[in-house]
Amino acid sequence: MTTRVGVVVFPGSNCEHDVVEAVDAVGGSGELLWHKDNSLGDVDAVVLPGGFAHGDYLRTGAMARFSPIMDAVTRFAQDGGPVVGICNGFQILTEAKLLPGALYKNQGLKFLCQPAVLRVESTASVLTRRLKVGDELDVPINHFEGNYVCSEETLAVLRENDLIVLTYQDNPNGATADIAGIRNGNGNVVGLMPHPERAANPLLGSTDGAQMLKGLIDIG
Amino acid sequence: MSKGFVVIVEVSLREGIADPEGLTIERALPALGFNGVSDVRVGKSLRFVVEAPDESEARRQVESMCERFLANPVIEDVEITLGPLT
Repeated sequence: MTTRVGVVVFPGSNCEHDVVEAVDAVGGSGELLWHKDNSLGDVDAVVLPGGFAHGDYLRTGAMARFSPIMDAVTRFAQDGGPVVGICNGFQILTEAKLLPGALYKNQGLKFLCQPAVLRVESTASVLTRRLKVGDELDVPINHFEGNYVCSEETLAVLRENDLIVLTYQDNPNGATADIAGIRNGNGNVVGLMPHPERAANPLLGSTDGAQMLKGLIDIG
Repeated sequence: MSKGFVVIVEVSLREGIADPEGLTIERALPALGFNGVSDVRVGKSLRFVVEAPDESEARRQVESMCERFLANPVIEDVEITLGPLT
Protein backbone atom coordinates (compact mmCIF):
# COMPACT_ATOMS: atom_id res chain seq x y z
CA MET A 1 0.00 0.00 0.00
CA THR A 2 1.26 3.46 -0.85
CA THR A 3 2.15 5.62 2.14
CA ARG A 4 0.11 8.81 2.19
CA VAL A 5 2.02 11.86 3.36
CA GLY A 6 0.05 14.97 4.30
CA VAL A 7 1.94 18.21 3.73
CA VAL A 8 0.48 21.08 5.73
CA VAL A 9 0.06 24.38 3.92
CA PHE A 10 0.11 27.46 6.12
CA PRO A 11 -0.34 30.93 4.63
CA GLY A 12 3.26 31.67 3.65
CA SER A 13 4.49 28.10 3.26
CA ASN A 14 6.52 27.79 0.05
CA CYS A 15 8.08 24.33 -0.08
CA GLU A 16 4.91 22.23 0.03
CA HIS A 17 4.86 21.34 -3.68
CA ASP A 18 8.54 20.36 -3.64
CA VAL A 19 7.85 18.02 -0.71
CA VAL A 20 4.85 16.45 -2.46
CA GLU A 21 6.89 15.92 -5.62
CA ALA A 22 9.83 14.44 -3.73
CA VAL A 23 7.55 12.13 -1.70
CA ASP A 24 5.87 10.95 -4.92
CA ALA A 25 9.26 10.39 -6.54
CA VAL A 26 10.38 8.00 -3.79
CA GLY A 27 7.17 5.97 -4.05
CA GLY A 28 4.89 7.66 -1.55
CA SER A 29 1.83 9.72 -2.22
CA GLY A 30 1.95 13.35 -1.14
CA GLU A 31 -1.13 15.47 -0.61
CA LEU A 32 -1.69 18.99 0.65
CA LEU A 33 -3.53 19.72 3.90
CA TRP A 34 -4.82 23.20 4.75
CA HIS A 35 -3.84 24.72 8.08
CA LYS A 36 -7.46 25.48 8.92
CA ASP A 37 -8.48 21.82 8.69
CA ASN A 38 -9.27 20.19 12.01
CA SER A 39 -8.37 16.71 10.82
CA LEU A 40 -5.49 15.03 9.03
CA GLY A 41 -7.83 12.71 7.15
CA ASP A 42 -6.29 9.29 6.61
CA VAL A 43 -2.67 10.22 6.04
CA ASP A 44 0.10 7.95 7.35
CA ALA A 45 2.64 10.71 7.94
CA VAL A 46 2.74 14.49 8.18
CA VAL A 47 5.29 17.02 6.93
CA LEU A 48 5.35 20.65 8.02
CA PRO A 49 7.19 22.23 5.08
CA GLY A 50 9.51 25.20 4.80
CA GLY A 51 8.50 28.76 4.13
CA PHE A 52 7.30 31.69 6.20
CA ALA A 53 4.11 30.50 7.88
CA HIS A 54 1.93 33.49 8.79
CA GLY A 55 4.78 35.72 7.60
CA ASP A 56 6.92 34.58 10.54
CA TYR A 57 5.26 37.40 12.48
CA LEU A 58 6.24 37.72 16.14
CA ARG A 59 8.63 34.75 15.91
CA THR A 60 9.10 31.99 13.38
CA GLY A 61 6.40 29.40 14.01
CA ALA A 62 4.76 31.40 16.80
CA MET A 63 1.49 31.99 14.94
CA ALA A 64 1.49 28.69 13.02
CA ARG A 65 1.54 26.72 16.21
CA PHE A 66 -1.99 27.99 16.89
CA SER A 67 -3.33 27.09 13.42
CA PRO A 68 -6.36 24.78 13.82
CA ILE A 69 -4.61 21.77 12.26
CA MET A 70 -1.89 21.80 14.91
CA ASP A 71 -4.19 20.14 17.48
CA ALA A 72 -4.59 17.20 15.11
CA VAL A 73 -0.85 17.18 14.35
CA THR A 74 -0.07 17.13 18.08
CA ARG A 75 -2.47 14.23 18.76
CA PHE A 76 -1.09 12.34 15.74
CA ALA A 77 2.47 12.86 17.00
CA GLN A 78 1.54 11.77 20.53
CA ASP A 79 -0.05 8.61 19.11
CA GLY A 80 3.25 7.77 17.40
CA GLY A 81 2.44 9.08 13.91
CA PRO A 82 5.46 10.23 11.89
CA VAL A 83 5.74 14.03 11.85
CA VAL A 84 8.62 15.81 10.13
CA GLY A 85 9.25 19.54 10.27
CA ILE A 86 11.58 20.90 7.62
CA CYS A 87 13.10 24.36 8.16
CA ASN A 88 10.10 26.56 9.04
CA GLY A 89 8.36 23.30 9.97
CA PHE A 90 11.13 22.60 12.50
CA GLN A 91 10.61 26.09 13.93
CA ILE A 92 6.87 25.36 14.25
CA LEU A 93 7.54 22.04 16.02
CA THR A 94 9.68 23.77 18.65
CA GLU A 95 7.08 26.50 19.18
CA ALA A 96 4.43 23.78 19.53
CA LYS A 97 6.70 22.10 22.08
CA LEU A 98 6.72 18.86 20.14
CA LEU A 99 10.51 19.28 20.11
CA PRO A 100 12.69 21.12 22.64
CA GLY A 101 14.78 24.24 22.08
CA ALA A 102 14.31 27.11 19.66
CA LEU A 103 15.67 28.38 16.35
CA TYR A 104 17.26 31.79 16.45
CA LYS A 105 18.89 34.14 13.92
CA ASN A 106 22.02 32.83 12.22
CA GLN A 107 25.17 33.86 13.98
CA GLY A 108 26.46 35.81 10.95
CA LEU A 109 23.07 37.53 10.45
CA LYS A 110 23.05 36.32 6.85
CA PHE A 111 20.27 34.48 5.10
CA LEU A 112 21.97 31.24 4.08
CA CYS A 113 21.03 29.40 0.90
CA GLN A 114 23.75 26.88 0.16
CA PRO A 115 24.71 23.21 0.17
CA ALA A 116 25.52 21.73 3.57
CA VAL A 117 27.26 18.52 4.52
CA LEU A 118 25.43 16.70 7.29
CA ARG A 119 26.48 13.80 9.46
CA VAL A 120 23.96 11.22 10.61
CA GLU A 121 24.16 11.01 14.41
CA SER A 122 21.13 8.84 15.15
CA THR A 123 19.27 6.32 13.04
CA ALA A 124 16.40 5.98 15.50
CA SER A 125 14.20 8.42 13.62
CA VAL A 126 11.67 8.13 10.82
CA LEU A 127 13.97 10.13 8.54
CA THR A 128 17.25 8.36 9.19
CA ARG A 129 16.22 4.75 9.74
CA ARG A 130 17.56 3.70 6.33
CA LEU A 131 20.91 5.36 6.97
CA LYS A 132 23.95 4.60 9.12
CA VAL A 133 25.52 6.62 11.91
CA GLY A 134 28.41 8.55 10.39
CA ASP A 135 26.88 8.74 6.91
CA GLU A 136 27.59 12.05 5.24
CA LEU A 137 24.72 13.68 3.40
CA ASP A 138 24.73 16.56 0.97
CA VAL A 139 21.51 18.51 1.58
CA PRO A 140 20.93 22.25 1.09
CA ILE A 141 19.96 24.75 3.74
CA ASN A 142 17.88 27.88 3.16
CA HIS A 143 17.21 29.93 6.28
CA PHE A 144 17.78 33.05 8.33
CA GLU A 145 16.78 31.55 11.65
CA GLY A 146 18.47 28.17 11.80
CA ASN A 147 20.68 28.67 14.79
CA TYR A 148 19.52 25.95 17.17
CA VAL A 149 19.48 27.18 20.76
CA CYS A 150 18.67 25.28 23.94
CA SER A 151 19.58 25.23 27.60
CA GLU A 152 22.53 23.24 28.95
CA GLU A 153 20.06 20.84 30.56
CA THR A 154 18.19 20.27 27.31
CA LEU A 155 21.47 19.70 25.47
CA ALA A 156 22.45 17.10 28.05
CA VAL A 157 19.10 15.35 27.59
CA LEU A 158 19.52 15.40 23.80
CA ARG A 159 23.00 13.91 24.07
CA GLU A 160 22.22 11.28 26.69
CA ASN A 161 19.20 10.01 24.80
CA ASP A 162 20.64 10.00 21.28
CA LEU A 163 18.12 12.65 20.21
CA ILE A 164 20.49 14.58 17.95
CA VAL A 165 19.73 13.19 14.50
CA LEU A 166 21.91 15.31 12.22
CA THR A 167 24.84 17.67 12.69
CA TYR A 168 26.58 20.06 10.31
CA GLN A 169 30.09 19.17 9.30
CA ASP A 170 30.93 22.86 8.93
CA ASN A 171 28.52 24.74 11.20
CA PRO A 172 27.05 27.50 9.00
CA ASN A 173 24.75 29.29 11.46
CA GLY A 174 26.16 29.02 14.98
CA ALA A 175 23.82 26.19 16.01
CA THR A 176 24.48 24.74 19.46
CA ALA A 177 26.58 21.56 19.19
CA ASP A 178 26.41 21.83 15.35
CA ILE A 179 22.82 20.60 15.52
CA ALA A 180 20.99 20.43 12.19
CA GLY A 181 18.16 18.13 13.28
CA ILE A 182 16.71 16.48 16.38
CA ARG A 183 14.04 13.93 17.22
CA ASN A 184 11.67 13.18 20.08
CA GLY A 185 12.12 10.14 22.33
CA ASN A 186 10.18 7.81 20.06
CA GLY A 187 11.85 9.04 16.88
CA ASN A 188 8.49 9.64 15.21
CA VAL A 189 8.84 13.43 15.43
CA VAL A 190 11.85 14.93 13.65
CA GLY A 191 12.79 18.52 12.95
CA LEU A 192 15.63 19.62 10.71
CA MET A 193 16.77 22.85 9.09
CA PRO A 194 18.14 21.33 5.82
CA HIS A 195 15.73 20.54 2.98
CA PRO A 196 15.70 16.84 2.00
CA GLU A 197 13.13 17.58 -0.72
CA ARG A 198 15.73 19.74 -2.47
CA ALA A 199 18.16 16.83 -2.64
CA ALA A 200 15.81 14.25 -4.07
CA ASN A 201 16.61 14.31 -7.77
CA PRO A 202 19.96 13.84 -9.61
CA LEU A 203 19.24 17.09 -11.47
CA LEU A 204 19.52 18.92 -8.16
CA GLY A 205 23.03 17.62 -7.55
CA SER A 206 22.24 15.25 -4.70
CA THR A 207 19.77 12.49 -3.93
CA ASP A 208 20.74 12.15 -0.28
CA GLY A 209 17.46 13.77 0.78
CA ALA A 210 15.57 11.04 -1.05
CA GLN A 211 17.12 8.48 1.30
CA MET A 212 15.57 10.34 4.23
CA LEU A 213 12.17 10.60 2.57
CA LYS A 214 12.30 6.88 1.75
CA GLY A 215 12.65 6.30 5.46
CA LEU A 216 9.59 8.43 6.10
CA ILE A 217 7.38 6.45 3.72
CA ASP A 218 8.81 3.12 4.88
CA ILE A 219 5.97 2.40 7.30
CA GLY A 220 5.01 -0.97 8.69
CA MET B 1 -16.85 47.47 35.64
CA SER B 2 -13.76 46.95 33.53
CA LYS B 3 -11.04 49.52 33.02
CA GLY B 4 -8.41 50.05 30.35
CA PHE B 5 -4.73 49.52 31.04
CA VAL B 6 -1.85 50.52 28.81
CA VAL B 7 0.61 47.69 28.59
CA ILE B 8 4.19 47.69 27.36
CA VAL B 9 5.85 44.31 27.00
CA GLU B 10 9.57 44.42 26.43
CA VAL B 11 10.92 41.20 24.97
CA SER B 12 14.66 40.71 25.20
CA LEU B 13 17.02 37.83 24.57
CA ARG B 14 17.83 35.81 27.65
CA GLU B 15 21.21 36.33 29.17
CA GLY B 16 23.75 33.96 27.75
CA ILE B 17 22.10 33.83 24.32
CA ALA B 18 24.36 35.42 21.75
CA ASP B 19 22.81 38.49 20.11
CA PRO B 20 24.48 38.94 16.71
CA GLU B 21 22.39 42.01 15.93
CA GLY B 22 23.37 43.75 19.17
CA LEU B 23 27.00 42.87 18.58
CA THR B 24 26.96 44.31 15.07
CA ILE B 25 25.47 47.57 16.35
CA GLU B 26 28.00 47.69 19.17
CA ARG B 27 30.84 47.31 16.68
CA ALA B 28 29.40 50.03 14.42
CA LEU B 29 29.10 52.71 17.11
CA PRO B 30 32.81 53.52 17.54
CA ALA B 31 33.05 54.09 13.79
CA LEU B 32 30.56 56.90 14.25
CA GLY B 33 32.53 58.37 17.09
CA PHE B 34 30.48 56.91 19.94
CA ASN B 35 33.02 55.25 22.17
CA GLY B 36 32.47 53.47 25.43
CA VAL B 37 29.21 51.74 24.50
CA SER B 38 28.85 48.17 25.69
CA ASP B 39 26.23 45.47 26.35
CA VAL B 40 24.08 46.34 23.35
CA ARG B 41 21.09 44.01 23.21
CA VAL B 42 18.34 44.17 20.61
CA GLY B 43 14.80 43.22 21.56
CA LYS B 44 11.30 44.25 20.72
CA SER B 45 8.57 46.12 22.42
CA LEU B 46 4.83 45.53 22.17
CA ARG B 47 2.32 48.15 23.25
CA PHE B 48 -1.39 47.51 23.64
CA VAL B 49 -4.42 48.27 25.77
CA VAL B 50 -6.10 45.59 27.81
CA GLU B 51 -9.52 45.71 29.51
CA ALA B 52 -9.78 44.17 32.96
CA PRO B 53 -11.65 44.71 36.25
CA ASP B 54 -8.45 45.80 38.02
CA GLU B 55 -4.70 46.10 37.60
CA SER B 56 -3.76 42.75 39.09
CA GLU B 57 -6.19 40.94 36.79
CA ALA B 58 -4.78 42.89 33.83
CA ARG B 59 -1.26 41.87 34.81
CA ARG B 60 -2.30 38.26 35.22
CA GLN B 61 -3.75 38.27 31.70
CA VAL B 62 -0.62 39.84 30.20
CA GLU B 63 1.63 37.34 31.98
CA SER B 64 -0.41 34.52 30.53
CA MET B 65 -0.19 36.06 27.03
CA CYS B 66 3.58 36.32 27.36
CA GLU B 67 3.92 32.75 28.53
CA ARG B 68 1.72 31.25 25.82
CA PHE B 69 2.38 33.48 22.86
CA LEU B 70 4.21 36.80 23.04
CA ALA B 71 7.61 35.43 24.04
CA ASN B 72 9.48 32.15 23.83
CA PRO B 73 10.90 31.36 27.27
CA VAL B 74 13.63 29.20 25.72
CA ILE B 75 15.36 32.27 24.33
CA GLU B 76 13.51 35.33 25.62
CA ASP B 77 12.74 37.21 28.81
CA VAL B 78 9.91 39.70 29.23
CA GLU B 79 9.41 42.80 31.27
CA ILE B 80 5.85 44.04 31.69
CA THR B 81 4.99 47.66 32.40
CA LEU B 82 1.36 48.41 33.06
CA GLY B 83 -0.56 51.52 33.94
CA PRO B 84 -4.08 52.99 33.79
CA LEU B 85 -5.32 54.27 30.43
CA THR B 86 -5.72 58.01 30.58
